[in-house]
Amino acid sequence: MAELPRTAVAIAAAVRSGEVSAAEVLEAHLAEVDRREDEVHAFNLVTADAARAAAAAVDRRVAAGEDPGPLAGVPLALKDNLCTRGVPTSCSSRILETWCPPYDATVVERVAAAGAVPLGKTNLDEFAMGSSTENSAFGPTRNPRDTGRVPGGSSGGSAAAVAAGFAPVSLGSDTGGSIRQPAALCGVVGAKPTYGLVSRYGLVAFASSLDQIGPFAATVADAALLLEVIAGHDPMDSTSIDVPPPALGAGLDGGVAGLRVGLVSELTGEGIAPDVAARVRQAADALAAAGAEVGEVSVPATAHGLSAYYLIAPAEASSNLARYDGVRYGLRVDGATTAEMNTATRTAGFGAEVKRRIMLGTYALSAGYYDAYYGKALKVRTLVVRDFEAAYERFDLLLAPTSPTTAFRFGDKTDDPLAMYLNDVCTIPSNLAGHPAVSVPFGAGADGLPVGVQLLAPALGEATMFRAAAALEAAAPPLEEAYA
Amino acid sequence: MTLTNEPVEGEVYTVTSDATGQEWEIVVGLEVHCELATATKLFCGCPNQFGHEPNVNVCPVCLGLPGSLPVLNEQVVELAMRLGRALHCTVEPSVFARKNYFYPDMPKDYQVSQYDQPINVDGWLDLPDGTRVGIERAHIEEDTGKNTHAGGSGRIHGADYSLVDYNRAGVPLVEIVGRPHVRHPEQAKTYVDELRAILLATGASDAKMEEGSLRVDANVSVRRVGDDALGTRCEIKNLNSLRSLGRAIEYEARRQVDLLESGDRVHQETRHWDESAGRTRPGRSKEEADDYRYFQEPDLVPLAPGDDWIAAVDAALPVLPAARRDRLAGAAGVEATATAVVVAVQRDLDELALAAIEAGADGPRVLTHVEHNLAVEGAADLDPVAFARLVRMEVDGQLTATQAKTVLGEVLATGGDPEAVAAEKGFEAMDTSELEGVVEEVIAANPSEWDDFRQGDDKRRGKLQGFFVGKVMKATRGQADGKAVTALLEARRTGG
Repeated sequence: MAELPRTAVAIAAAVRSGEVSAAEVLEAHLAEVDRREDEVHAFNLVTADAARAAAAAVDRRVAAGEDPGPLAGVPLALKDNLCTRGVPTSCSSRILETWCPPYDATVVERVAAAGAVPLGKTNLDEFAMGSSTENSAFGPTRNPRDTGRVPGGSSGGSAAAVAAGFAPVSLGSDTGGSIRQPAALCGVVGAKPTYGLVSRYGLVAFASSLDQIGPFAATVADAALLLEVIAGHDPMDSTSIDVPPPALGAGLDGGVAGLRVGLVSELTGEGIAPDVAARVRQAADALAAAGAEVGEVSVPATAHGLSAYYLIAPAEASSNLARYDGVRYGLRVDGATTAEMNTATRTAGFGAEVKRRIMLGTYALSAGYYDAYYGKALKVRTLVVRDFEAAYERFDLLLAPTSPTTAFRFGDKTDDPLAMYLNDVCTIPSNLAGHPAVSVPFGAGADGLPVGVQLLAPALGEATMFRAAAALEAAAPPLEEAYA
Repeated sequence: MTLTNEPVEGEVYTVTSDATGQEWEIVVGLEVHCELATATKLFCGCPNQFGHEPNVNVCPVCLGLPGSLPVLNEQVVELAMRLGRALHCTVEPSVFARKNYFYPDMPKDYQVSQYDQPINVDGWLDLPDGTRVGIERAHIEEDTGKNTHAGGSGRIHGADYSLVDYNRAGVPLVEIVGRPHVRHPEQAKTYVDELRAILLATGASDAKMEEGSLRVDANVSVRRVGDDALGTRCEIKNLNSLRSLGRAIEYEARRQVDLLESGDRVHQETRHWDESAGRTRPGRSKEEADDYRYFQEPDLVPLAPGDDWIAAVDAALPVLPAARRDRLAGAAGVEATATAVVVAVQRDLDELALAAIEAGADGPRVLTHVEHNLAVEGAADLDPVAFARLVRMEVDGQLTATQAKTVLGEVLATGGDPEAVAAEKGFEAMDTSELEGVVEEVIAANPSEWDDFRQGDDKRRGKLQGFFVGKVMKATRGQADGKAVTALLEARRTGG
């Protein structure tokens, strides 16, 4: 792709100006998919024909002198839990393997209307439950930086698609870190917006009060561009915030001078690998060097966030996933009675982790246990919000690792669900609070694999957050530079 | 076992045990589900309509397809508040919850309902008999689809297969939970009738029991007369008509009394009314006790209608049946619990009656016509001034009651003037001397009956009075005023 623009910003500009065609850009990316997809397995489905038709439509609009939109000709990958009309949306689950939605998710409509060219549906941990993409019913995705390692999860396919150069941008969903953690492990940018900033309509629900759609990109500017396109009020989602979409791209080079950034002490000590912790401190130094006021801050409730999350998310999931009962769509395994059919279908259709979380959630909501588990978790959630509020009285942004470690090997944590859950310890608090956070690549760990550092902001603090992310990106050591 | 027939104000309605003679009181709390008469469903834009082909009024939202989300219909809130305020409830900030259970007619395998924070709380409903029934809550929830079991026995167990129609899935319901203040099967029917009148008056629902847009469950328990504590209740479902409701409560009360009198106890359970067998049967076993795992619906935001909205709802409320009864009773100078008043409001003839009274007609006489002579279509269109003139002619003795009824029928049918109709029919008031002559003739023609009338006991005299009035009526071809005849007979009897 030597002569073609590589970033979404550059592609869109070149396509809109007629310098390059969307078709050329698409073919170059499809060639990359052909070359490495067998090895990486980022996609559940590549929709090359539909992509060619979309690219041709963009080129026709350019030829006709129309504006094809801010993502003109930008190839884009969609996590396979985003509904696409007439295109299978499996959530990497046997139970939805053949299901074709009759409608598009709001974000899918918006990226299409902006001129993006969807390439296909990316792999994930089944129903977005997991941190390694090993829970996919259709086999794991491999980390393009080291195919012996996991890409993270649950949006592993979307992160890998960007890291492998299959697409400059992709969409994922983040319930407890499912965008940011794989972004960190694959060495790309990944952002979880403020809860309600992006419509969830057409996102197959895992945990409704935590789920949020967000962008992956190779650069901060590209992530900002994609978020601008998908953000904004949607009357189809009652939890959608009715505010004008944020202008992010324009302010990216504003710098961090005078910005108060707090390093979260609970997320930089025990449980965080020394090389990751060192990169986070280096990032803090870089921000300080760029003029930010950097200090340490304690956010005590984050220590209990993981426990609260693993009650709230499974509780909501147990209800959200009840509809997969074999009656209306998806897999059906026959039984003598309706109840037996339901049980046989769910037994065959769901993987082990999904079943585990349904059971956990059902238990947490049961009469007699509700107060001790789900009810208590809600209280912790309130505390997390309160502790963040206190921190944001003193700081504009918070800084933390994204993941406790760099990418781990396949099978390392599959036998120990708790060890797997600990991957999310740094990312979960933002979901509980409904706040935005972004993971930015910041050099390599001791193993030479990418490290991500995370910037956290208060609700609707995306503009400041992206501005600081751009500063971090500019200061980041190259991945090739060994960790010292 | 005996059952007193009518609930009498101030008296306790009871069931008496055959075995012991012990008297038991019936306690009923009613839960009414009604479909709101909105244009569209609770959480999507699909039409809210009955009687269409199966599965045409559906979309990703009401089918619960993966990724779909609910959006609350504002008209639902409006109608729910209208009903709530008509039931004297307080409108509170409310939240939606998910009630989780598996059933094929429920697309999401949970029902969105209001659980611990309902929109309307703590109101009441006044029955025509003067009883005030408390309303615990009236909350919003979504309806389910409809299963049809086909092949085999056609019943749920033993059917070859089942079909589901989701047209009804997501239709807005309000569940009105009444307090256990109902004491009689007939009173339960009256409660539902009154609630239906309020639903219709407020436009909240078309309240058609036969189409299932109004569904009633009855919580029935019994207790010894004089006991304060409530007995163990059973919830009776599958009540498809007012007749079923009354019969089911009576059957269930007797069943419970029999159980208790034989030393057994009542088990709290859901029972189904079997109309053809005339009995209730146990529903699902309580060994499978449901745990609905309620939690706040995260896809919806809390609902808190502002004071302005509530005030607008209040301002737009129509005059409700109880107030209409009070108004009419006041104007007519009778009790609000009088049957004619209740009937007048039920038939929407209270406006006519009020206008006639306003135009100078005698209140009780107007009500008598409304109750007995105006149970016909188009009665509400009667010209109240003409009606009032007719009543005045009757009261003034120009028309007998029978003639007045005839003239009223004619006026209704043709729209003519009562005076003209009466003249055309040859209905003329007889003057008193003419009537006295006829009475004398009748007495002379029936001497032995006259002796009996003069000397017999009250009962005998009562019978013979009817005999003589009848004879006079016949002789005058109905033109005599019955009251005047009675007065003449009485004067003749006491005067010698």
